[in-house]
Amino acid sequence: MATQHSRSVARLMMAPAVVLLLGWMLVPLTMTLYFSFKKYLPLRGGDLGWVGFDNYVRFVSSSSFWPAVQATLVIVGGVLVITVVLGILLAMLLDQPMWGQGVVRILVIAPFFVMPTVSALVWKNMFMDPVNGLLAHLWRFFGAEPISWLSEASMTSIIMIVSWQWLPFATLILLTAIQSLDSEQLEAAEMDGAPVLKRFYHIVLPHLSRAITIVILIQTIFLLSIFAEIFVTTGGAFGTRTLTYLIFQRVLESQNVGLGSAGGVYAIILANIVAIFLMRIVGKNLDA
Amino acid sequence: MARTVTPRRKSLNTVLAWAVGLLIFFPILWTILTSFKTEAQAIASPPLFLNFNWTLENYAIVQERSDYMRFLWNSVIIAGGSTILGVIIAVPAAWAMAFVPSKRTKDILLWMLSTKMLPAVGVLYPIYLLFIRLGLLDTRGGLVVVLMLINLPIIVWMLYTYFREIPGEILEAARMDGATLKEEILYVLTPMAIPGIASTVLLNFILAWNEAFWTLNLTAVDAAPLTAFIASYSSPEGLFFAKLSAASTMAIAPILILGWFSQKQLVRGLTFGAVK
Repeated sequence: MATQHSRSVARLMMAPAVVLLLGWMLVPLTMTLYFSFKKYLPLRGGDLGWVGFDNYVRFVSSSSFWPAVQATLVIVGGVLVITVVLGILLAMLLDQPMWGQGVVRILVIAPFFVMPTVSALVWKNMFMDPVNGLLAHLWRFFGAEPISWLSEASMTSIIMIVSWQWLPFATLILLTAIQSLDSEQLEAAEMDGAPVLKRFYHIVLPHLSRAITIVILIQTIFLLSIFAEIFVTTGGAFGTRTLTYLIFQRVLESQNVGLGSAGGVYAIILANIVAIFLMRIVGKNLDA
Repeated sequence: MARTVTPRRKSLNTVLAWAVGLLIFFPILWTILTSFKTEAQAIASPPLFLNFNWTLENYAIVQERSDYMRFLWNSVIIAGGSTILGVIIAVPAAWAMAFVPSKRTKDILLWMLSTKMLPAVGVLYPIYLLFIRLGLLDTRGGLVVVLMLINLPIIVWMLYTYFREIPGEILEAARMDGATLKEEILYVLTPMAIPGIASTVLLNFILAWNEAFWTLNLTAVDAAPLTAFIASYSSPEGLFFAKLSAASTMAIAPILILGWFSQKQLVRGLTFGAVK
């Protein structure tokens, strides 16, 4: 039914979005690639010429690279485990019949709407402050010595803050998926006397597998680039310098643009590996 | 899903769910409560829950000290501007892909999605440099463009999934009746597409409001939105819990309210239609 005319109109209508995104992708990407092969120190001599793959080698052989990779993996992994496990439990709980379901759902989702700088600062000060924080009060109440969270347990603290922000997202998506589960199937299994754990393992979990995969992939992409949460809490100190933060420091703080750009290329490659898996799933969904 | 459960089971569910819900919401509640305390009450030991003298002085101090209204205005302009601009560019694109699909439509959609995966830090310096050269650093216009580009893939995707739900037969019927393309879009599609467009606007406004990488790195004073306003409270200064709470409450209140309306769209928007 699409005529030649409507096709060319359609092409015209898509053009602005396509051209803009193409520019947004290609221009900075080309610049990053260009800088990554240069010794470029804007504040100390500027463009000092081509250096081949020197920046790439130096970025990975610097003493802060592996700790940064480790910090990134621990944060992403920790948050994923916490949000997915708690998200499944919470989604199952919220799916049960109860009074005031709508209100409870809003309470659970609310943290997602809090801007990252606010949640990080509120947790840092009002909860994790070793003297006046609520957790310190709680610790003292039970006769324990309060912890200076962000220096002594820095990773745990960051994981807690970020998990609090992302738990609503996991819960909401898993809840949406769980609600499409055929309840008759569950009831039949219940009548056959299948115990709760078996029902969960054989019916609920397989049904959720796709939603869980999507949660993991989307969160990974966002978690790989968390920034504000570290920026306003530890500033990358106490072992919380992730790859994203390390690149940020190289580029803007120490103004070593060549080195930072090489790091940026690594980050882009890493994100793309995750993205390929996500695109496959989303792509399959488009055909359906 | 009407499952039959005993009242006892339902009560148990209710108690458990409310307990968990309140626990998760507690940091926000605590922030709001603390914003109404004096600085001394904010750090009282044991902590005061409701039995304190409610005061509004923190809000006055915060407004006076850092001119909250200016940041708020910047947030509104940046989030609103980038969303509106994005929708204007995305509506024709999504319309074309949904109603005149070609073999390449799917590839284009997936490619658009892939630009969203580009880690911001990977292109931080190029954008920073372009902003300096073009005189866009610390301007609202610059941020409107960047945030629009960041959210454009999500806007196109959301609109696409909404538009695809509009049955094609209606268009054919309109065409049979002799409607021109312009009339078709104006009188047939637009009314049906408005709920989807509204949802898209809502979610993207929220995403842009909370964006905290580019807004922190590309603004200083003039164009700084609320994310930066809050970040200025990151270095502790004597007693400041109550003031921090008041500032935080003012930064999140508008969006929490909008957020309530956007729960459903959140799932669709953030999973690119993979979960509905």
